[in-house]
Amino acid sequence: MITAAFANQIINLFAAVMLLLAFAMLAQRRVLSLIDLFAMQGLVLTLSTGFVAYTTGQTHLWFSAGITFALKVVLLPWILYRLIRQLDVKWDVEGLINIPTTMLIGIVLVILSFNVALPISQIAGTITKGTLGIALASVLLAFLMMITRSKAVPQVIGFLAMENGLFFAATAATYGMPMVVELGIALDVLVGVVILGVFFFQIRERFDSLDIRHLEKLKEE
Amino acid sequence: MISWSGVVAQVTELALAVLLAPLLTGWVNQCRAWLQNKSGPGLLRPYRTIRKLFAKDAVIATNASAVFRTAPYVVFACMLVAAAIVPTLATDLPFSIAADAIALVGIFALARVFISLAAMDVGTAFGSLGARREMMIGFLAEPALLMVLFTASLISQSTSLATTVERLARMEFAIFPSLAFAGVAFTMVSLAENARIPVDNPATHLELTMIHEAMVLEYSARHLALIEWAASLKLFVYSCIGISIFFPFGISQGGDPLGFAYALPALVFKLAVGGALLAVIETVSAKMRIFRAPEFLGTAFMLAVLALLIHALLET
Repeated sequence: MITAAFANQIINLFAAVMLLLAFAMLAQRRVLSLIDLFAMQGLVLTLSTGFVAYTTGQTHLWFSAGITFALKVVLLPWILYRLIRQLDVKWDVEGLINIPTTMLIGIVLVILSFNVALPISQIAGTITKGTLGIALASVLLAFLMMITRSKAVPQVIGFLAMENGLFFAATAATYGMPMVVELGIALDVLVGVVILGVFFFQIRERFDSLDIRHLEKLKEE
Repeated sequence: MISWSGVVAQVTELALAVLLAPLLTGWVNQCRAWLQNKSGPGLLRPYRTIRKLFAKDAVIATNASAVFRTAPYVVFACMLVAAAIVPTLATDLPFSIAADAIALVGIFALARVFISLAAMDVGTAFGSLGARREMMIGFLAEPALLMVLFTASLISQSTSLATTVERLARMEFAIFPSLAFAGVAFTMVSLAENARIPVDNPATHLELTMIHEAMVLEYSARHLALIEWAASLKLFVYSCIGISIFFPFGISQGGDPLGFAYALPALVFKLAVGGALLAVIETVSAKMRIFRAPEFLGTAFMLAVLALLIHALLET
């Protein structure tokens, strides 16, 4: 049996890796590497959920770890890879703000979320309470990625990464959501990606590019 | 209070740094050559270069000022001071009260300013080009280095390097995500600061890419020897900072002579491994465009700041 202090350290390590991957996604230029990073984040999420399940004996967390693995490490990256191949869009990701500035904004976001999460995590009684700030930070960083990227595929990956952060927050604050909610969210995300995949094709057919800035023009030509 | 064993440790450590530094450079070059399927110049090449340069007559440009002539001595002295305050063999160093981690960064900055001034002094195009690039790299690398040292200081609650290392070495085993982040950031900073490959290429005199070599083009004979020796010392000191903060086991605490005898082989082993790793990094990565350097060092800074934040959130 592992001692509580050691378990806490392992969970903190997972949380730190989570945050690192969120920053790596923010700094990544290539779409394919972005998908790999997303899959890695899913894997870290699976491992940390599994570890929490093991140390606390919450059986339903095993299921959510399994769902996370199937969905975020295998299925979604596969769908995204296929989409990229079909759309033939392997270009470098164009950001609206350059990468060093984005990362500086990211650091500010991390400080903000650590500050916001500190009083909440002091109330929580779970062994994972310290990681709430990091979970919030990964949500905000994914949000930042959605804002700063101008192409459609990175935005969708940002959306998925945001869901990763939320899931991590749920594990951190309350040992996960009820099974029904988790299943519902998983299905939502899956359906969302499928629908957005259809959207990609529509956008490209209309504008010959996946740059969503074209969508801002409302006039018909 | 200054103890005799402390003085002995201090003197041995300084002598060791001065004597071993060219060997470390030679070892890195040798490893690099092996990895590139070349036979390599041999481990003792830097010593031979230094001896050869000392035997030659110095040629100095007619319009060179005193700055140009004094800069090599200042740079070498700065590196000596840095080597004296970084604990390598023992943590009981009487000299370490003279400067803490923040002052150490300042000492490196002093050396950088002098060599840049000397490079611009003669007025050749290459010199000022190299000096400008060096200052750009320096101003990006310095905050990251400070943040790394602050992380270690926060964990050990002291900015004095000797105390930091002593506390880190005594600590019972625990996983510090912040130290891992700081370690990666430190590696990136030391690559940039020591003119190693992703930022600068130490083996080239190709005008468009060089930084450090461009600054020392005008130097010859004993001045060049001192500068090369100082560069080796800088690499040695940086390696020792990394080793003593992130892998402090085996260092002698207090003044027992037995620990001292054990610390020396441990240090040599760790330096050999570190040098080989440096050669691997240099072989597998390509030199970046100079304007990608801000991104590289920005990442290092970000990692170091994250290390600080993670320490504040998770490890207190």
